[in-house]
Amino acid sequence: MIEVNRQGEVWVFAEQQDGTLQEVVLELCGKARELADRLGVTVGAVLPGTAREELPEQLIAHGVDHVYVVNDPRLEHYQTASYARILSVLIEKHAPQIVLYGATATGRDLAPRVASAMQAGLTADCTDLEIKDVTDRKTKTVHEKLLLQIRPAFGGNIIATIVNYDRWPQMATVREGVMPMLDPDPSRPGQIVEEEVALGPEFFPLKILQRHVEPRTVNLKGARVIVSGGGGVGSKDGFNRIHELAGALGGAVGASRAAVDNEYIDKGHQVGQTGTTVRPALYIAAGISGAVQHRAGMEESAKIIAINNDPDAPIFSVAHYGMVGDLHQLIPMLVKALRDRR
Amino acid sequence: MPYDILLLVKQVPDTANVTAEAMRDDGTVNRGALPAIFNPEDLNALETALEARDRYGGSITVLTMGPPKAADILRACLYRGVDRAILLTDRRAAASDTLATSYILAQAIKTIGHFDLVFAGRQAIDGDTAQVGPQCAEKLGVTQITYLEELVSLVDRTVRIRRDTGNGWEIVEAELPILATVTSTANRPRPEAVRKMLRFKKARGETELAAEVKAELRDASAEQRNEEVQRRLTTLGEAGLRIEQWDLDTIGADLARCGLSGSPTVVYRVQSIVLTKEGYTEIPATEDGARQLIHELVVDHTLG
Ligand SMILES: Cc1cc2nc3c(=O)[nH]c(=O)nc-3n(C[C@H](O)[C@H](O)[C@H](O)COP(=O)(O)OP(=O)(O)OC[C@H]3O[C@@H](n4cnc5c(N)ncnc54)[C@H](O)[C@@H]3O)c2cc1C
Repeated sequence: MIEVNRQGEVWVFAEQQDGTLQEVVLELCGKARELADRLGVTVGAVLPGTAREELPEQLIAHGVDHVYVVNDPRLEHYQTASYARILSVLIEKHAPQIVLYGATATGRDLAPRVASAMQAGLTADCTDLEIKDVTDRKTKTVHEKLLLQIRPAFGGNIIATIVNYDRWPQMATVREGVMPMLDPDPSRPGQIVEEEVALGPEFFPLKILQRHVEPRTVNLKGARVIVSGGGGVGSKDGFNRIHELAGALGGAVGASRAAVDNEYIDKGHQVGQTGTTVRPALYIAAGISGAVQHRAGMEESAKIIAINNDPDAPIFSVAHYGMVGDLHQLIPMLVKALRDRR
Repeated sequence: MPYDILLLVKQVPDTANVTAEAMRDDGTVNRGALPAIFNPEDLNALETALEARDRYGGSITVLTMGPPKAADILRACLYRGVDRAILLTDRRAAASDTLATSYILAQAIKTIGHFDLVFAGRQAIDGDTAQVGPQCAEKLGVTQITYLEELVSLVDRTVRIRRDTGNGWEIVEAELPILATVTSTANRPRPEAVRKMLRFKKARGETELAAEVKAELRDASAEQRNEEVQRRLTTLGEAGLRIEQWDLDTIGADLARCGLSGSPTVVYRVQSIVLTKEGYTEIPATEDGARQLIHELVVDHTLG
């Protein structure tokens, strides 16, 4: 555990597989940037692995100021002990105030090991993060600018907001696909910091005998809330609105085929006859006409909200609530209404 | 070579089946009214432990932390062939977050002493964190292998495990001791064995016995009752029907690391989400409309 350190950076664990950064890492870079700007600090990323120049550059373009690189051929494939050691050593050394991990299989394997070694707090599977002053109800102490770690819990029946007053760093794993990814800016300045961490053979207790990688799929089936965008969203940029609303609701991001065909988002998010069939508690369709092939994949949802500027769009026929208007105006209003409620 | 196998299990409220009876009038979930069940993936861990013992030899000790009622799932383990059951129950452990919980469990495991393999479910359905397994492994200083799908082989001190990597799988080899967390895809848990059930349904922990004795011997003094409890415990012990009951003192726990004081994470706010189906309502496309919609979702308990 480290002391409360308000100058500490906001960190992201830069998970890579076979030389490619996980998508959620880039999503987290954008979120870390936003949090760091609120706190007036810099963003760091920890990148264990083998030397590859593109990855630090990619991280910097997505908002990172300092990329801490640990180069060691033995780190090519993830294993818990060595990666946890690296994180622990670097956290002790640089005292970041926040450390974020993607809630991937690897992130959820690594983060608790690090938290235990540091005796620091950890919140799993967050769907939203905010900075806010928090008053301890018992001691009446005001803890300034804490990280609010927001996550569904209890089988999705509640949304819990978790904080960590003083056993820092404040650490969380963050669900994939809920934070909007910022557009990369290749001209952003940033620094690559080479770090050395002594790793004896005891930090490589696993022999990886065989590996099999399958194409990634998005977990729409398990989501309690899904916010989907369609052709009406209009652009890849505009699709960030969908991510934002999903984030505010602690939900997953879905899409119609038009959104996928226009490359606003990848195919894994498609809902419908040729995508995933979902039955979430709440399904929000924004800029989706409601073609029968799309409806086939979502009409069993417990509650459906349709947002469309065409009052005659067929999506309204399966909706419980409808808003007729421009989604680019309406979604920010919904996000604001949600945030105001907290 | 006989192996010492440990199994970590948890009793959880059945969050996947929130029934009408478990709903309060305001639409929130009354957790107390949810049935308490054996955490589903812990049943997969139990099955993995049983298969390992049946194939490679050894014995299984199951450990749970929870209220006295959690003895139910220990009996469910005995019905399936577990050799020894330990209930760790202590009010001072209440409100522990995953860090404090893993500290307590690791202390209990150290108290048990020697082990070769520890199995736990990947995650519990009340928190869905998947953190306690890895955190225990760290505290015990052993190799952790999460998301076990198959125990491929165990030869002397070398184990091979196929684990789910989220986007595929890998087969890893490690030297014992290890702690593995088991996923729901690993196996199909066996049913309870009728003969074992008949034998072990009388298995009890101390608090459970005390409650039974209190109900039976209403007029007895506290001292008499206590004597009766001790007498029955001895009899149960001789018959191999005693569920060992430990508290934080048994395991020499540092109280500052248990319960609320041992928990870095604090629940700042909780919002309930509940659902009911209704008809189509048009919402004006304005800020007021947005607020109204969110309010509406709160009132009909889609959002908390
Ligand atoms: C064999 C087959 C299988 C298919 N499988 C699937 C499938 O699995 N999933 C799927 O989704 N589709 C599938 N389709 C395609 C489907 O027929 C539709 O073409 C597709 O769903 C259309 O997507 P869309 O409604 O998002 O886009 P569009 O048809 O382009 O509709 C856009 C909607 O957005 C609204 N809009 C525009 N601008 C705004 C704004 N600013 N604010 C609010 N609303 C706005 C418009 O009024 C319109 O209703 C399949 C088709 C075939 C033939």
